[in-house]
Amino acid sequence: MSLLQLDKIAAAPWGEPVLADISLSLPAGRVLAVLGGNGAGKSSLLRLVAGDIAASRGRASFAGQALGDWPRRQLATRLACLPQFSSLSFPFSVEEVVLLGRTPHSSGRQQDRLIAQQAMQATDTLGLRHRLYTQLSGGERQRVQLARVMAQILDRCDQGCLLLLDEPTTALDLNHQQQLQATVADLAGRGCAVLLVVHDVNLAAAMADQLLVLDRGRCAAQGSPGEVLTPALFRDLFHADVLIGEHPDGGRPLVISR
Amino acid sequence: MPSTAASRPGGALTTRVDRRPQLARRLLLALALILPLSMLLALGSGAVTLAPGEAWAALLGQADAQANLIVQQLRLPRVLLAAITGATLAVSGAAMQGLFRNPLADPSLIGVTAGASLGASLLIVLGGGLLPGLPGLTLISLAAFAGGALAVLVVYRLASSETGTSVATMLLAGIAITSLAGAAGSLLEFLADNEHLRRISLWKMGGLDGATFSRLGVAAVVGGALLIALPRYATVLNTLLLGESEARHLGIDVERRQRGIILWVAVGVGTSVAMVGTIAFVGLVVPHLVRLLIGPDHRVLLPASALAGAILLVLADSLARVVLAPTELPVGIITAMVGVPFFISLLRQRRHFGMTP
Repeated sequence: MSLLQLDKIAAAPWGEPVLADISLSLPAGRVLAVLGGNGAGKSSLLRLVAGDIAASRGRASFAGQALGDWPRRQLATRLACLPQFSSLSFPFSVEEVVLLGRTPHSSGRQQDRLIAQQAMQATDTLGLRHRLYTQLSGGERQRVQLARVMAQILDRCDQGCLLLLDEPTTALDLNHQQQLQATVADLAGRGCAVLLVVHDVNLAAAMADQLLVLDRGRCAAQGSPGEVLTPALFRDLFHADVLIGEHPDGGRPLVISR
Repeated sequence: MPSTAASRPGGALTTRVDRRPQLARRLLLALALILPLSMLLALGSGAVTLAPGEAWAALLGQADAQANLIVQQLRLPRVLLAAITGATLAVSGAAMQGLFRNPLADPSLIGVTAGASLGASLLIVLGGGLLPGLPGLTLISLAAFAGGALAVLVVYRLASSETGTSVATMLLAGIAITSLAGAAGSLLEFLADNEHLRRISLWKMGGLDGATFSRLGVAAVVGGALLIALPRYATVLNTLLLGESEARHLGIDVERRQRGIILWVAVGVGTSVAMVGTIAFVGLVVPHLVRLLIGPDHRVLLPASALAGAILLVLADSLARVVLAPTELPVGIITAMVGVPFFISLLRQRRHFGMTP
C-alpha cells in the first residue's frame, strides 16, 4: 500500500496555478526525487504535502486518510518537513533546536534526548550540540535542521512515516552530501518514505527509486531513474546537451554534461 | 571530521551554553528570592522610611499605628500593583518578541498602548476625568482600556484575511495604528487647555500613586490570569521562533495559538495601561535581558521575565517615591533612567552571550 498518494492534484494558492494534474504514489521505504527548473513547482509540491498550501483540485492522502482530515499533531508525529530556508535568529543551542523536533511527541525527556542524540549522530552535529545555532555556518545550520526533522519521526519509521526534504544538500560539502545520502538510505531501510527536491540530477539518480520531473507545474516525466533520465528530456526541458552513462558502482544512470 | 566546538575559536562559549539549564534554574530561584525582599524594601521606603524589619512588623500590624496604616493601607496595594504590572508587562513583552520573532518587539506593537493613551486623553479633554467610574476603576481607566482594546481589534482585523492572519502585516498595521492614535492624541493635546494638557501628560508618564485595594483587585485578577495563561504558550512560542510553517509542521495550530497570545497580551497590557498609564522599557528590555542570560527557551524565559519585571517595577517605584520626597516622580522616568544604562552595559557584552543583532 502506498503511504503518500496524490491523485490529479492541482494548486493555485495565489490565483495562478502552480501545480496541475500531479499524480504520484509513494510506498513506505521508497525515495522519490522531484526534479525541474527554477519555478517548476517542486517546492510547491512539497509544501502542498506538508499542508502549507491547499490543493484546489484532486485528492491527497497519507496512510489511507485524506491529508486534510489528519489531526495536525498526530500527523506531525509521522510527517516531517525540512524547508529550503530557515529563519531562526534566536540563540537556541543546537541541542535545543533538535529537541524542538520532539514537540509533537509526548515520549518523555529521556526518550526525546536519546532520539535527538541519534539524529545528531546521523547528521554529524553531535559535536556542535552546545554551540549556538546563530553562530553556525550555512551548512552546519542545514545539518542541524535536518537533525531536527529526523528527530521528529525517527522512532516512528516502522509505522510508516514521510520525510520531506527541500534541497537538503545546497549548503553541504561533499562529505556531508554523502552522509545525507547514507542517512536517507538508512531511513528508507527502516520504512520511512522520503520525498525530496534536489537540483543535482546525479544525486537524485543515486538516491531515488522514483523520479518526478516537473515543468511549469505539470508532470513532464515520471518513473525510475533509468526510464526518466534520457538525453531527450535534458534537451527538451533544460536545453542541455548531455551524455547518459552508467554509474560504475551500481549501474544507476550517470548524467555527464557534453 | 568537520569542525567541532573544541576546534573553534568560539569554543570557550560551549561551557556557558552547556550550563544554561543550571543557570536558568539558579536565576529563577534567585529572582523568586529577590522579589519578596524587594517588596519588603519597597514597603519601607517613601516619605516615612522604615527599615525592612519595621516594615515587616507593620505589615503584620505589630508596629505603631501610623506605620501600620502607612504600610498596610498605602504602600501594600501600591507595591503589589507594581509587582503585578511589572510582571504583566515583562511577560507580555517576552511573548510578543517570540510571536513576532523579533527581539525589538514590545507589547505596544499591536497598538494597545497608543489606543489606550488616546482613549484616556479623549476622556480627559472631554472633561470626563472628574466623573466617578465603577468601584476600583476611574472613567479614565475604562476609556483607556476601551481605546486599547479597540486599537488591537482594528490591527487584528487589518492583518486578517480569509487565508488567515499574517503576523508581518500585523506588525505593520500595529505601527500604522500606533501612529494614527499618536497623531489623534497630539491633535487633542494641541486643542486642550493647560490644565487638561498637564493631566494628559502626567497620565502618559505613568504612575502607581493611585493604587487602592479595589484597583489592585482588578489588576490582580487580570494579571493573575495572564501569568497562568501565557506560560502555557511556551512550547508554541519556541516552535514559532523556527518559523510559522515549521511550527505548523510540528503539529501546532498556529493561527489559533497566535490569536490566543495576542488576546492575552491585549487584555493584560490594556488593563495595566488603564491602571498605571504607560510604562515603557519594562516590556522591551526585561525579556531581552533575561534572554541574554539564559537563552530563548520560553519555558524559563516567560516565568523569569515575569519575576524580573516585577522586581524592576517594585524597585523603580520605591525609588520614584524617595528621590524627590515628598514629591513622587512618575515611575516610567525611573525605569528608563536606571534600566537603560544597565541594559547598554549588557549590550556591549552581548557577544559573550551569543546574541546576533
